[in-house]
Amino acid sequence: MKPGYYGNWGGAFVPEILHETFRQLNAFFTEAQADPAFWRQYVDLMGSYSCRPTPLTLAENLTRRFGGASIYIKREDLNHTGAHKANNVMGQGLLVQRMGKRRVIAETGAGQHGVATATMAAKFGFECTIYMGEEDVQRQRPNVFWMEKLGATVVPVTSGSRTLKDAINEAFRDWVANMDSTHYVMGTVCGPHPFPAMVAWFQKIIGEEAKEQILAAHGRLPARVYACVGGGSNAMGIFQGFLADEEVELVGVEAGGEGLTSGRHASRLAAIPTTADTDGIPDATPGVAQGYKTMFLQDDDGQMKDTHSVAAGLDYIGVSPMLADLWERGRVRMTAATDTEVMEALQLAMASEGIIPALESAHAFVQAFKEAGELSPESAIIINQSGRGDKDIFTIAHAFKDPSWREFIRAKGEEYGKEPVS
Amino acid sequence: MSLTQQIRQAKADREILLMTHLVLGYPSFAVNREVIARMVAAGVEIIELQIPFSEPVADGPVILRANQEAIDRGVRVRQCLEFAAEMTAEHQIPFLFMTYYNILFKYGVEDFLAQARKVGVRGLIIPDLPPEEGEEYLAACRKHELAPIQIFAPTSSDERMAKLAGHGDGFIYCVARRGVTGAQTSFDREFDDYIARCRRATDLPLAVGFGISNRADVEMLKGKAEIAVIGSATIRLVEEHGPAAVTEFMEGLR
Ligand SMILES: Cc1ncc(COP(=O)(O)O)c(C=O)c1O
Repeated sequence: MKPGYYGNWGGAFVPEILHETFRQLNAFFTEAQADPAFWRQYVDLMGSYSCRPTPLTLAENLTRRFGGASIYIKREDLNHTGAHKANNVMGQGLLVQRMGKRRVIAETGAGQHGVATATMAAKFGFECTIYMGEEDVQRQRPNVFWMEKLGATVVPVTSGSRTLKDAINEAFRDWVANMDSTHYVMGTVCGPHPFPAMVAWFQKIIGEEAKEQILAAHGRLPARVYACVGGGSNAMGIFQGFLADEEVELVGVEAGGEGLTSGRHASRLAAIPTTADTDGIPDATPGVAQGYKTMFLQDDDGQMKDTHSVAAGLDYIGVSPMLADLWERGRVRMTAATDTEVMEALQLAMASEGIIPALESAHAFVQAFKEAGELSPESAIIINQSGRGDKDIFTIAHAFKDPSWREFIRAKGEEYGKEPVS
Repeated sequence: MSLTQQIRQAKADREILLMTHLVLGYPSFAVNREVIARMVAAGVEIIELQIPFSEPVADGPVILRANQEAIDRGVRVRQCLEFAAEMTAEHQIPFLFMTYYNILFKYGVEDFLAQARKVGVRGLIIPDLPPEEGEEYLAACRKHELAPIQIFAPTSSDERMAKLAGHGDGFIYCVARRGVTGAQTSFDREFDDYIARCRRATDLPLAVGFGISNRADVEMLKGKAEIAVIGSATIRLVEEHGPAAVTEFMEGLR
């Protein structure tokens, strides 16, 4: 198989101008991977700076409620900056140091990857520019605020659907002009080789920890592991701990948005078997875009479709080539959760366990809640809580139609309207 | 006659050839039609027809927007093929397709190239398809006698250029500088060294593009390249002054 391919998927479809940059990146990555001192440096950094190992929490109240498998939650929300994104970003930061570059750029959907990258840049002393779709800038305003305060320049992208896919294109354009000084910190296990391999390598720390922790806490492997899938990095991260254990079922949960037949979702793989003989549904088909081959939400001509999810971090046209391969080979089962189901699961998780998953992560909770009761009480399942929901306060408050929050925002707006910003 | 031979023959009467670019269906096929007629009448030797794609990563803001608006207006790949057939029947100069790989991949690479041949285009420029990923494409180009135009960049090493040249035909498209389409290019000593490296790597004619927008730019390329490529500049011109302005602009370029 060609390097950078996972079955039929992957590759490196990059413009010639970036060929040399990718050659160098590959060389530095391969060298780092072969150097045990590099991985130790990474683990130490994550331990002292990012709260690793993150705990595996037994959700006792939820377990009791569903009456089946013991529900464990892998707490990636406790990472510094509040999501699994920190793992990847700190790892790439160490690589950037090795490469001697001075500037990093990134794309971001939910803003979590942008905040993580801006944080890393502040810590390592790199210059930092973050590209973010204009629509996501609106949706994830608190994260924009943090990125700016951390010293990054946030560039709202107004082209296309003004979401993550367009931010990725803009980041590529920047890179093409500035590759000598700049590293592009890809946020997920997508894009041209070696990005999927590199991001998956840093994120495998989640799965390695989770496996050790579940064996210690429960005495056996979990029956199932659930993770939400946007690009697929938190999923690949935790799945890698269990890939070789065939008895562990791996379940990915994509964004079902307003439903798989609504035309407003971001579900690539999950939408396929259920809608095989239905017309007019924007199912994914094989394609090549943004530098790699995978299943994309595209039309008959190969133009990418608009996507939708209540969770900005899952609102993406493509999916990791690694997951496309695992799905095709039947190793990973793909499902989808709708926006409505996500809000219900979120509410339940908050009220019964006192934890606030990010809207992205809440997708994984939906599917786990649907299935936990089917399993025997001796078994265990793990939900990967990829991030915390604080960033989503505006979206969540809006969805819950919370009257006192509304009043607070209205009053704040009035207050700001009166006093000039100086 | 092969595309390379045709370029050499045209070059015999000219100090430099002009290749222009437009995005199909932007602002409309009717305007494309008029612009092309004016370009041909003004003596342009080669025209690049860009089939719009939703993720044109190698293009700058002007061409990006043109791609998007064309798609928003409902332009389909099938219409682009039909339009190309009409242009090749009407005008006697070589036309090329420029697009991104997904357009071919989704259509079926072999089928697309068979169609391209049928509509009379002579070659293709696919900026996101390095030869390592393009085996099927390169084989189908050979089979259908289409030129798979390869791209050199200032960052390409000598070995890389030699490899690319080995896969190319027609001419080599030399990207003048780092960055995407549409920004200014400076023609300095470094540029001359780069073009000299390109020349050593291939016997094929050289086209230079990215940031060529006026007579002075074209003048600078005389004696250095066979072809000057005018891209974003014509799109901007048509947007600001309408298709009629193309004649004077093209005639004034050399
Ligand atoms: C909390 C959280 N979870 C999940 C994702 C989706 O990314 P991935 O699928 O790569 O894990 C994001 C992306 O921004 C995120 O912020």
